[in-house]
Amino acid sequence: MPIPYTKPPAPSDDKRWKIVQTRMRRGGDRPAALIEALHAAQEAFGYLDTEALNFVGDTLGVPHSRVYGVATFYSFFTLKPQGEHTCVVCTGTACYINGAKDILAGLDRALHVKPKETTADGKLSMLTARCLGACSLAPAVIVDGDVKGKVNVGELVAQLEAM
Amino acid sequence: MPAAARPIRRRVITEEINDEAPRASAYVCEAASCMSAQAHDITLRLGERAAEAGLTDVMIKRVGCLGLCAAGPLVEIAETGQLFGHVKPDDVEGIVKALKKVKPTDTRQPQGPFFEKQLRVATENMGRIDPENLDDYIERGGYEALKRVLSEMTSTTVRDEITRSGLRGRGGAGFPTGLKWTTVAKAQGTQKYVICNADEGDPGAFMDRSVLESDPFRILEGMAIAAFAVHATEGYVYCRAEYPLAVARLRTAIRLAQRAGYLGAGIADTSFNFDVQIRLGAGAFVCGEETALIASVEGRRGTPRPRPPYPAVQGLWDCPTLINNVETFASVPTILRKGPEWYAAIGLGKSKGTKVFALAGRIVNTGLVEVPMGMTLREIVYDIGGGIVDGRPFKAVQTGGPSGGCIPAEFLDMPVSYESLIELGSFMGSGGLIVMDDTSCMVDVAKYFQDFCRDESCGKCVPCRVGTTQLYMLLDLITRGEATMDDLAQLERLAVIIQKTALCGLGQGAPNPIFSTLRYFRDEYLAHIVDRVCPAGVCTITPAEVMA
Repeated sequence: MPIPYTKPPAPSDDKRWKIVQTRMRRGGDRPAALIEALHAAQEAFGYLDTEALNFVGDTLGVPHSRVYGVATFYSFFTLKPQGEHTCVVCTGTACYINGAKDILAGLDRALHVKPKETTADGKLSMLTARCLGACSLAPAVIVDGDVKGKVNVGELVAQLEAM
Repeated sequence: MPAAARPIRRRVITEEINDEAPRASAYVCEAASCMSAQAHDITLRLGERAAEAGLTDVMIKRVGCLGLCAAGPLVEIAETGQLFGHVKPDDVEGIVKALKKVKPTDTRQPQGPFFEKQLRVATENMGRIDPENLDDYIERGGYEALKRVLSEMTSTTVRDEITRSGLRGRGGAGFPTGLKWTTVAKAQGTQKYVICNADEGDPGAFMDRSVLESDPFRILEGMAIAAFAVHATEGYVYCRAEYPLAVARLRTAIRLAQRAGYLGAGIADTSFNFDVQIRLGAGAFVCGEETALIASVEGRRGTPRPRPPYPAVQGLWDCPTLINNVETFASVPTILRKGPEWYAAIGLGKSKGTKVFALAGRIVNTGLVEVPMGMTLREIVYDIGGGIVDGRPFKAVQTGGPSGGCIPAEFLDMPVSYESLIELGSFMGSGGLIVMDDTSCMVDVAKYFQDFCRDESCGKCVPCRVGTTQLYMLLDLITRGEATMDDLAQLERLAVIIQKTALCGLGQGAPNPIFSTLRYFRDEYLAHIVDRVCPAGVCTITPAEVMA
């Protein structure tokens, strides 16, 4: 006899869970809505912790192992909390041949932070992107959501240090 | 709520100040590249300044990509074709003055070779319409094709017209679109799907993003026509999460089209039903491969599976599924409006029509261009692209992304088509053209692409998962000046094995950058190995004394 399936309650009364639940319901609460649900959870909480992964899996009827598999497969999802500020360095071809390598080296030298790392004080997370599609602005970075084009390493470091 | 406290709706700025046709209009480019340079502030400031100057008969309109991203943010005076580049929000007086001067007798002047040498089909509305305004789209012939298809044509005649136009898949491989549509239409099954592949993962390519940001209704119209031709009722647009502006505009377009009856049940007062949903990618390059894309739409890890069965027979949820690229769908409405013969007359040999290219790298006019197939690389790079930055010598142009190759200077006069690029050991790909000058080391470029493939390999098949890493390590040895001729032989042997045994296009194409750089720039490899120098001065070579 099949076990009657009940949706789990939200892990806490944090209102942001409602956003995640709504997105899942719009996808019919089916396994196909998994990636959409993870997007919603990451938008709401900034990253995906075990609690969020399990809640999404239980609601959609997806095994925890598969939720973890999907969340780690796609590079857009992050399982670690981000720093206060983020700096995404584009490493697309156009940026690469216009000096993205020097930007990464410069940030490492000045702020001791490598891609996918957060500074020791938790202020800044550095990420790389495959291509921002802002090739005409190469080399490009995104600082807290603002795209900056034709980046000069010194100016960028100064700006990040000032934050 | 008092009027002043209400949030300003973005629509306000695009509306005419009065109801009469405007005497002059300024088009402000609000695509991603210009947006990141405060283009939206320019639109707002321009509106304010025009009002202060007492101009009541002008229109300030935000439009999609004007193409010449290098000079952004861009503003165009539509009546005269006058173009303002590098505009600053605080400095719009020149544009206001130009708006004052426009006379009703003015005609559009040529805007220079960057614009005049192009032929716009898929991008015909780019920079002309407000991407979030359905009326603007309809005014420029939008939805004429869909209405004609639904009222006068059968699914067979639609497929026949697409076949006769000679349109081929613009995602890169160039599979004949008409044939694909016919396969899906004839496949068994009551439920069929149409998917638009907007997972533009090639680094250095931004055609799909610009089309989605500038003319989203065109994609929806193209998809609806395709759905009618293959008997599908549901569609998905699979778009990268890295393109927030494109996703937002597409969402708006879907909502507006649904409201106006161009999507949903009973489209344009007929019995045809079709609706579209957006699915966001999550940063996996391999999801551009169609079987991986389907897995991702189904909410699973984006790993490809062996074909056949092809998605046209067994795709999304095992139903027949049509997958085409953004640019392919964008070409469809124009082809049906102007006729397949018109389209088939453009182009070269088996490569019909036009192709959108994203010019990037060490080139003066970076931006988006659409040219007829068969134009030479020299015309694209020098006449349209304006040549190399700082007048440096041209070294190579990279096409086709990580599965493509580098074409050296001696083939600049070769006409561009699917066939000619393959002949040269490259690949059309989605259309990124990255120009390199003598400051780029070709071994380093090959290593860069190998690093990309290694990182993006989904890990399902061994040749790709293990092989790309091995290739990368060999290339790394070469760039550090620690390789021997045996390593080079090993590199070539391994590359052939991977090309022949990998499961999907990512793995099979991964060795292509190595093949093409070895073919045309073998001396650079030898310089690294034998002489232990990097001719371009990019690689840090371990000095020979240390090695000994």
